[in-house]
Amino acid sequence: MTWGLFLTQVLNGLQLGVLLFLLAAGLTLVFGIMNFVNLAHGSLYMMGAYFGAAAFAATGSFIAAGAIAVVGTLVLGFAIERVALMRLYSRDHLDQVLATFGLILVFNEVVRYLWGPSSIYMNAPEALSGQVTLFGLNYPSYRFAIIAAGLTVAAGLYLLINKTRLGMLIRAGASNAEMVSALGVDIKFLNTMVFAMGAGLAGLAGLMAGPILSVQPGMGEPVLILTLVVIVTGGIGSIRGAFYGALIVGLVDTVGRAFLPILLQMTIERSIAQAAGPAIASMLIYLLMAVVLALRPQGLFPVRHG
Amino acid sequence: MKAYLKLAAATLLCMASFASAQTPIKIGFMAELSGPQGALGQDQYDAFMMVVQANGGKLGGVPVEILKEDSQLKPEVAVQIVDKLIERDRVPIITGLTFSNVLMAVFKKVVDKEVFLIGSNAGPSPIAGAQCSPYFFSTSWQNDQQAEVVGKYASDKGYKRIVAMAPNYQAGKDFVAGFKRYYKPALANEIYTSLSQQDYSAELAQVQAANPDAVFVFYPGGLGVNFVKQYAQAGLKGKYPLLNISTTDGINLPAQGDAALGAVLGTAWGPDFKNPQNQKFVAEFEAKFKRIPSQYAAQAYDSALLLDSAIAKVKGNVADKKAFMAALRAADFKSIRGDFKFNVNGYPIQDLHVFEVAKDDKGRNSLKTIATPLKADKDGYFDKCPLK
Repeated sequence: MTWGLFLTQVLNGLQLGVLLFLLAAGLTLVFGIMNFVNLAHGSLYMMGAYFGAAAFAATGSFIAAGAIAVVGTLVLGFAIERVALMRLYSRDHLDQVLATFGLILVFNEVVRYLWGPSSIYMNAPEALSGQVTLFGLNYPSYRFAIIAAGLTVAAGLYLLINKTRLGMLIRAGASNAEMVSALGVDIKFLNTMVFAMGAGLAGLAGLMAGPILSVQPGMGEPVLILTLVVIVTGGIGSIRGAFYGALIVGLVDTVGRAFLPILLQMTIERSIAQAAGPAIASMLIYLLMAVVLALRPQGLFPVRHG
Repeated sequence: MKAYLKLAAATLLCMASFASAQTPIKIGFMAELSGPQGALGQDQYDAFMMVVQANGGKLGGVPVEILKEDSQLKPEVAVQIVDKLIERDRVPIITGLTFSNVLMAVFKKVVDKEVFLIGSNAGPSPIAGAQCSPYFFSTSWQNDQQAEVVGKYASDKGYKRIVAMAPNYQAGKDFVAGFKRYYKPALANEIYTSLSQQDYSAELAQVQAANPDAVFVFYPGGLGVNFVKQYAQAGLKGKYPLLNISTTDGINLPAQGDAALGAVLGTAWGPDFKNPQNQKFVAEFEAKFKRIPSQYAAQAYDSALLLDSAIAKVKGNVADKKAFMAALRAADFKSIRGDFKFNVNGYPIQDLHVFEVAKDDKGRNSLKTIATPLKADKDGYFDKCPLK
């Protein structure tokens, strides 16, 4: 094993991490502030990918596709929050789960109706379709772009949350929502803003995943599960937790998948290692989550109170 | 009283058999029609119905009623559907069957009831060998054959170092095993990935580090779209030939774009076959559905042609199971893949080809026949099948 290979795998983990962060940021705030379980977050990611793919095919410009995907999902998030979800904040979690699970089915059928059951075509823009050479191994430049874009958005969110008035309200809402509304803040507006912003970030994640993954109905569900692992590991309601949690989950998943089978092959018989390696590697993040829940039930980076 | 009941029963039976001469033959069409793999079943259904519609709602000159059922890639759902089709609708024929795990779940139930099962995609090995049944026929292939033809091709090409990759489940391992049957050198590496895994960046880095002569993969449906795009982005396309099964297939090609160009796929049928029945099929399918038909469509089209020929032979009397079985076994139809015969286990004896993804004369990415490594091939299990 070479350092080049190890570094490549770390970059891969980082890339998965920032993608998960974009999804986790919105989901964790909605969880933390509205105490709302939104299973349809993965569908917003899917819609972002479809909007992006359709816009990219129509305009040929990745920037335009990005704008349309983000704005499209933002507006969509705004609309479903106002039409359906805001009525559910006061209901218990089971009702919320049922309603948002229903939304998943609706969105999957809508994209199937509009775009058909097969995956649709989306590729990276020409300028980013090449590779960069690192220590003798090629690394796709598009994945670098994802890492850069994700870190930029993370920095922007940090400034928004820590340096602006809106951010202050969001932080206040995450630590004590009732008190914020008792102080006369329009909590409904704040909720809608947070939800729409989270939807926009999910859309951005969907757009960026489009050229790597298959854009198809149901693409949001597997990633939703990973995102839930991220926010539980990082601490619900905390953007900081979402960021570090996403990077940790991304790195553990990727590096585990890459090296666990190799390590196993050194210790046990090859054919058993080949079968057991990926099975154990795919469990690693859930083991991590279980350990975190056992030792620090509030997550690794919980919301700071007081 | 008892005698009266018997008489009544006999009368009813007569009425039923009279009725069957006039009412349409019911055919259950069960396939994966929704979910991530729904496009496969849709292609099967579209192509099957092309034959039915072209014949004015008839197969073999007899009106047919097609009961379309979605097994959702869930074996338990498929079992319920089959119960309903057999017990309530009393269908004599069930066709479709996209995935091997679904077929295995319903196989015994269907053939034990002496209902004919005509698979047009899945081809699991247990029912090709010891568990074979005279009520089962397949118009696709036994799963291993697709892998064997790619293995033979890799062997003919003289590739020395091959890395194999597949999802970590039964079919994935079967295909790698099938590949190794005709490809003798030890594989440089076998990488199995979780079936739910979407991103192969970590594994592709390992492939690169292994620097092989070629890469053999099985990633069906959406997994294949992910894989092929990521393979190209990582700069491996063109560097290491991508040999595959069901990955750069007719369903996935439009979504993969130019990332799939140059990949080599093994199966039994391709859209560029020159025989007149195939040219007619491809032209009509494209005119109707505005897409190039996939192998799944082709296999289902053949299954409809097979039923058409067999129902005509028994003049619609599918209740005469012996005669109908013989009529199916004769395979007296013009398959769009060319020569087609049934082996004792109900699987075809056929040529297997490899195809390269290339631009067709209309500039679309399609499959182009490049070699026929296995001729009149029989699967590796039929000699364990007790049927003669």
